[in-house]
Amino acid sequence: MLDDVLFVVFPYLTFITAVWVGIYRFRNDRFSYSTQSSQFLENRMLSWGSAPWHYAILTILTAHFVALLVPSIWASAISAPIRLYILEVTGLSLALVAVFALCVLVYRRLTTATVRSVTTPADWLLLALLLTQVALGFWVALFFRWGADWYLHTTVPWVVSLVKFQPDAATVTTLPWVVKLHILGGFAIIGVFPFTRLVHAVIWPISYLWRPHQVVIWNKKLTRTSGDGPR
Amino acid sequence: MDIRAQVSMVFHLDKCIGCHTCSVACKNIWTDREGVEYQWWNNVETKPGTGYPTLWENQDEYKGGWEAEDGRLQLKLQSKIGTLGNIFYNRRLPTVNDYYEPWTYDYEHLFNAPEGDDQPTARPISLITGEFMEIESGPNWDDDLGGSPVYASNDPNVGSLTDEERTQLNEIERVMFFYLPRICNHCINPGCVAACPAGAAYKRGEDGIVLVNQDKCRAWRMCISGCPYKKVYYNWSTGKSEKCVLCFPRLESGQAPACFHSCVGRIRYLGVLLYDADRIEEVASSPESELVEAQRGIIQDPFDPEVIAAAKANGVTDGMLQAAKHSPVYKFVKEWKLALPLHPEFRTVPMLYYVPPMLPVLAKMKDGKYDVADAEVEGLKPQLTSLENARAPLAYMANLFSAGNEDIVTEVYRKLIAVRVYKRAEKVGDITQEEAQEALALGNMTAEEAEAIFRLTALPSFEERFVVPPLAREVAIEQIESPYDRKREGGFGSRTAPGRRW
Ligand code: SF4
Ligand code: SF4
Repeated sequence: MLDDVLFVVFPYLTFITAVWVGIYRFRNDRFSYSTQSSQFLENRMLSWGSAPWHYAILTILTAHFVALLVPSIWASAISAPIRLYILEVTGLSLALVAVFALCVLVYRRLTTATVRSVTTPADWLLLALLLTQVALGFWVALFFRWGADWYLHTTVPWVVSLVKFQPDAATVTTLPWVVKLHILGGFAIIGVFPFTRLVHAVIWPISYLWRPHQVVIWNKKLTRTSGDGPR
Repeated sequence: MDIRAQVSMVFHLDKCIGCHTCSVACKNIWTDREGVEYQWWNNVETKPGTGYPTLWENQDEYKGGWEAEDGRLQLKLQSKIGTLGNIFYNRRLPTVNDYYEPWTYDYEHLFNAPEGDDQPTARPISLITGEFMEIESGPNWDDDLGGSPVYASNDPNVGSLTDEERTQLNEIERVMFFYLPRICNHCINPGCVAACPAGAAYKRGEDGIVLVNQDKCRAWRMCISGCPYKKVYYNWSTGKSEKCVLCFPRLESGQAPACFHSCVGRIRYLGVLLYDADRIEEVASSPESELVEAQRGIIQDPFDPEVIAAAKANGVTDGMLQAAKHSPVYKFVKEWKLALPLHPEFRTVPMLYYVPPMLPVLAKMKDGKYDVADAEVEGLKPQLTSLENARAPLAYMANLFSAGNEDIVTEVYRKLIAVRVYKRAEKVGDITQEEAQEALALGNMTAEEAEAIFRLTALPSFEERFVVPPLAREVAIEQIESPYDRKREGGFGSRTAPGRRW
């Protein structure tokens, strides 16, 4: 019963919240879609925190998603032990970088008065969740080796079952509690995502690459979107 | 030909008295809010000096604007891919210390302090943290400090001067300074727009005003670095970039921007320029010494039928074309070639032009008095030597206004001197007509031209200074949405207060 709540109801709930509130917020309060960067207030520590954090976490997340989306390719990629070793070591070091960088960011927010004053409770909650999550991830990578492999046979089938609307949590309920916490932490972050500054994650401006440098906006080239005025 | 209209500006530096009325007018309207206290969309710097933010002209550090390699324009900051890669941490961002930490005072304490032996004081309180703070610098911290070893000597524009010129700038009896009021240049090749990955910064097609869409800005902070003039500022409270909006709501109702309207020295002129957008890239990538000429070249004659036809084909309104014909900016920039762009070598093709200041001539101490007569240069009458004897080295002015090309500033000064000599001969009569004619010849101008320059410089009416074109947004907006519906549903302005809600 509890397992069903945690590994079926909770994921659906957080996912729906993320999409629903995220879209609502984008449509009704687009102004609030901002990274809320505080680099203007503090620069030095940020360089040790922000860049390594983002690069490390994005790489780790990409690995999670690739294994999820194309498990067969992932499986063949790790079929040779040497490649599996390399992957594990890389993953572990990236996790270490992520933990370290996030600690720098937390420390920065705690100790810099100007940055602290622009930090909201939601920011603290997000930071706490992220820190717990990467710490758990690091723990898992360290003590439950060959995650790149067992992930394929536990989490992946479960997520696939959720996507197919034939939820079957059997493959994850038997996992050790640390791994379970890591999974739940992930969905918790998805759940708070639309209420925090984390929304900036989905607006990475990739279209800049094919846009011309200059942006000139003409009224006449826009189309009319509302009524014709009084009669 | 792709003819577009641009609302453009001229600042006549000879007339600026450094009163900062413009800055205050702007602040009262636009930047009197949390997060933007430190933002001076209009600021007035003392030159030579380090400016605001400190050393903004140093592009080795800030990497603002463009560079032209083999005629190809590149943002100095980084490539597009580089932008996405550096988005998590922008190495070239000025931080609050490069401006100043905004503060207020604990005025309450003056009223509530318990009785004691000393007068109570109002201690400064940071507007960011709300805690007591030590003030280390503030707006116009270097006001009037020409000759200062801290500010003037570190002006990035004095670097290339000769040792002699540099010492001269700091010698107590030969010290000089002048004021440089700055707003956004509403460039036609804006670095801020090009650097913004979110596409939030944009140029309005109809009038060329450069704005940042607050709903699209995601605080990637690249515009601030991309603008070589540091005229985009970061609102630390809302997490949005903001900049000078050229008072577009005032322009749209036919009024001059607040800084123009309130300018005590009446140094400011506003008018329309027509330019050929097909040539922007070509102009912006010209060799440095030719940049000013190229920029003059892109501006088109509003009386030329071909230009008018091309403009009309582009949807430039009749009102706009009419305004372009009366534009004081056109006269100063193109007809008389008196007004120059600030730092054309940044290659954003700025649309704010400056008439460089005439500076006092060098004087020598003689019998306890200052005397300029000694400063005569061979072959020239005393009245015509003020260029050779000016206290501000020409090279310094050239670094500011012509990418180092001294011929161009010399030409401008010859004209300015000619106008003075000509008018003095006429009004005071202590200069012969012969000398006046010689001055005009040196300035390469006619008496009529000198007269016209004099009139627009010294005696212009409000309407001559500000030829505000009918922007007709109320008509133009009809193509997007019904103004009546809009007014009925939402009223005017922002529908939600700008601030953090999530
Ligand atoms: S001055 Fe700076 S902010 Fe203004 S248009 Fe030019 S690049 Fe953009
Ligand atoms: S108001 Fe006019 S005269 Fe006064 S500082 Fe500003 S530009 Fe100069």
